[in-house]
Amino acid sequence: MTTTTSKFKNIECDPDLCIGCQICEYVCSYTKTGEYNTYRSRIRTVRVDEVLITAMACRTCDNAPCVTACPQDALSQDPATGIIHINAQKCDACAWCVEACDFGAISINPESRLAEICDQCEDQEDGPQCVLWCPKEALKLTTPEQEAQKARREALKSIKNEVLPKIPLKETTC
Amino acid sequence: MFGYSGKVLHIDLTERKTWVEEKTEDWYKLWIGGVSMASRLCWENIKPGCDAYSPDNPVCIANGVFAGTPVPVGGKYGLASKSPMTGFIGDSLSGSWFSIALKRAGWDAVVIHGASESWVNVFIDDQRVEFRDATKLLGLGTFETEEAIREALADDQVRSATIGPAGEKMVRYANVTNDGRQAGRTGHGSVWGSKKLKAVSVRGTHGIQVADPKTLNELSFNITKEAQGPHTSKYRILGTSTNVLNLNKLGLLPTRNYQEGVFEGVETISGEFLHEHNKVKTIACAQCPIACEQMSMVKAGPWTGAMTGIEYECLFANSSNLGIDDINTAIKLIHIADSSGMDAMSMGITISWAMETFEKGIFKKEDFKCEKFPEGFELTFGNSEAAVATAEMIRDREGIGKLLGEGTRIASLTIDEQRSSETYKWAMHSKGLEPAGYEARGLKTFSLGSAVGTRGPCHNRTAAYDPDIQGEVDRFSVDEKRGMLAKDTEEYAAVYDTLPLCKFIRRCFTGKADRAGAWPTIVKLINATTGWDLKYEDIDPIGERAHTIKKAFNIREGWKRSDDTLPYRWMHDPMTKGPSAGHFTSEEELEYMKDTYYEAKGWTKEGLIPKSKLIELGMPDVAEQIGV
Repeated sequence: MTTTTSKFKNIECDPDLCIGCQICEYVCSYTKTGEYNTYRSRIRTVRVDEVLITAMACRTCDNAPCVTACPQDALSQDPATGIIHINAQKCDACAWCVEACDFGAISINPESRLAEICDQCEDQEDGPQCVLWCPKEALKLTTPEQEAQKARREALKSIKNEVLPKIPLKETTC
Repeated sequence: MFGYSGKVLHIDLTERKTWVEEKTEDWYKLWIGGVSMASRLCWENIKPGCDAYSPDNPVCIANGVFAGTPVPVGGKYGLASKSPMTGFIGDSLSGSWFSIALKRAGWDAVVIHGASESWVNVFIDDQRVEFRDATKLLGLGTFETEEAIREALADDQVRSATIGPAGEKMVRYANVTNDGRQAGRTGHGSVWGSKKLKAVSVRGTHGIQVADPKTLNELSFNITKEAQGPHTSKYRILGTSTNVLNLNKLGLLPTRNYQEGVFEGVETISGEFLHEHNKVKTIACAQCPIACEQMSMVKAGPWTGAMTGIEYECLFANSSNLGIDDINTAIKLIHIADSSGMDAMSMGITISWAMETFEKGIFKKEDFKCEKFPEGFELTFGNSEAAVATAEMIRDREGIGKLLGEGTRIASLTIDEQRSSETYKWAMHSKGLEPAGYEARGLKTFSLGSAVGTRGPCHNRTAAYDPDIQGEVDRFSVDEKRGMLAKDTEEYAAVYDTLPLCKFIRRCFTGKADRAGAWPTIVKLINATTGWDLKYEDIDPIGERAHTIKKAFNIREGWKRSDDTLPYRWMHDPMTKGPSAGHFTSEEELEYMKDTYYEAKGWTKEGLIPKSKLIELGMPDVAEQIGV
C-alpha cells in the first residue's frame, strides 16, 4: 500500500536548516494545551547524533495507515486536506495508530486519553504556529511535489552563471 | 507561584536518601536562578573550609527562570561547588535540554550531598529519584554516556548531565557535559568524580505555566525574529572564532603560552578558515534561535573524522597558544577534551606551560615517555603530534599526564619544588584557574576584571575588555575610572548569568546592549513569567547580589586581598611584538586599580564587605558570618 503522497500538504522540515532548538515544540504544545510541554507537542525534534537533527510531524499519508489501524474507527482523513481527525467519542487510547505510524507522529495524551496528531493548526488564522515561529525557516507547510519542483528550479539556477554567458540572451515575453 | 515550583531537591549519595526543601517566594526574588541561586545554595549547604573533593562539598544545580518557556536563550542552568582548581567558588553555566527537563520535573534546584561508594547515575524521574548503578557507563565519552542512558531507560526525552573518562579519573579541570554543551570551567567534573557520580539524568513530563503567556509569547516571538538579524550575525555565521583575526589585529591573541599577542600562522586557524574548510553544521541549544555552535570536523590526515563544536576560547588555547597553525590539530585537541569531558581552555594552557618548560630545558624528552612513545617525545611549540599525545596522556592520566591533569598551578609548583626551577614565571593562572583568550597586558581594565574575578580570570563573568576594546578608555593605561568599569561589567554579566540568559541575545531587545537597552525587556520577561511586579531599578541589584554571594563565599573560605592577582607574566614581561608591544600591568598599577574597584563596590580597602552592604542586599545571615 502506498503510504506517502504528493497530494496533501504537511509540515516539512529541512534537516540542513534545523538547528534543534525545539521552539516548534514549545509553540505547538502551548497552542494546543496552553502549557509549554514538549511531551504534548505534535511536532517533535529528533537528534540521532551530534549533527543529524530534524523535526517530524504528520505527513498526511495517502491511505493513512493510522486510519486503517484504528479498531474503533476513531480516525478519519479529511479528503480535501489529508489532515487526520480524531473522534473523541470513539478513541479509547489503544495506541494502535501510534504503532502504525512510520514517522512517530502520533502520541497518546495521558490525561485526556486521546490520540494526538498535527492538524496543521487548521483553526488558527495565521496557519501552523511552528512554521510561523521557526527561527531558521526550516519548517514549511508544503507538499512533496512542491518541494520537488523547487529542487528542480534550484538545480537549474545553480548552473545559471556557467550557462548564461554562453547563451545569447534574447528579449522574451514568456 | 509561576516560574518556580518552590521546591529544592536534596539528594544524599552517602546515605542514598532524598528530601525536599521548600523555599519562599521572597527567597526566589533574591536569588532568581542560575549561578546566583546555585552559589547561594552552595553557601547554605557546604561545610566551610572543606576540601573540594570531600563529601562535604555539595553539587548545586540551579535552574533558570525561563527554562522550558519560549523565551529565547533561556534554557540554561547554573552549577556550583567549591572549585578544586581555585579553592573558591566554582560556578558554571550550561545550556540546553537538561535544564528544561529539570524544570518540567518540577525542581527549581538540586543539591547533591555526600559521596557514593560505587559509581552511580542519579535518575530524577519527575518526583521520583532512583540511584542507578553506573558501572557499565564507566569509560564512555560524554555523548555516548547520554545515549547509553537513554537507551537503557528506553526514552529519548531523558536528558543527562555527565562526566567523561577525564572526570572519572579526576583530572582536576574535568567538566560536566549535557546535550553536547558544557558547564566548562573550574573543575566540576572532578568534584563529580570524587563522589563517584557519573551522571544526573532527568525525565520531566509536566507542562510549564507562566503568569502571562500572551505577553511572554509576543515578546519571545519578536526577540526570536530579531535574533536572525545583524545583532547576532557574528555568532550565527562564524561563531565566536571570528575573534581570532580581530584579536590578532589588536595584538591580543595569546600566542605560545601568552609570550606574545600576535601569531604569524593566524590565517589558517581563523574562524573564516574553519568555516570554509571544516564546518559541518551549525546547531543550537534547546530554546535558542541563534545557533552559535559550529560543528567542525577534521577532514584529512591522521585524525580524520574527529568532530566537535568549535568556539574561540577553546580554539585559541589549542592553536596559537600552542604555536600550532594547523586547524585539524586544534579540532582534534578540542575533540579529546570535549569527548572525555575536560575544560579545553585549562587543558590547552597547561600544555602550553609544559611546552615552554620543555623549550627552556626543564622538561626533557624522557619526561614524556608513554605507551605510544616509549622513548618520550619533544614537546615543542608547534609540534602537533606531541600536543595530541600530551592531551591523550592527560585524559588517561598516563605518565606526566597525571601531573598535567592537575592544571598549571599545581604542575608548576610541583616541578619548581622537584627541580628548583622557576616555571611559575610562565604558569598562566590566577587563583589557580587558567585565564581567557584575551591578552590582558594590552587591556588594562580587563586585567583588573581578571584579577578580581571570584572564580579566577574569566571572560564570561566580566566583560571588562569591552571598554578597552571599544576605546571607551585608553587600554594601555590606568586611571580612577577602572574600578567602576570592572564593577559595572561584572554585575551586568551577573544579571545574564543569574536569569540565566545567554549573553549573545543582548543586542536583540532594542539593538542596544547596555542597561537602558536591555533591562526594560528583561523586566517584562521576568514579570510575564513569574507574575511579579519588578521595576527597571530592581534588575541591577540582581547582578550585584549574585556577585556578592560569590565573593562572600570566597571570604568565608579564606580569601584575602593578595588573592586578587594576575599571572606573573602579565605583571612582569612586556610583549615584544604587535600593536600591544611594550605593555604589562605592574604591581603598582594593579594595586591602584584594586583600590578603585573595592571602593566602587562599597567594600573596605582590604576588599571585605561591610555588614551594612550585605544587609542592604538582603542577606543579613551572610552579614552575620563574614560582614565587617
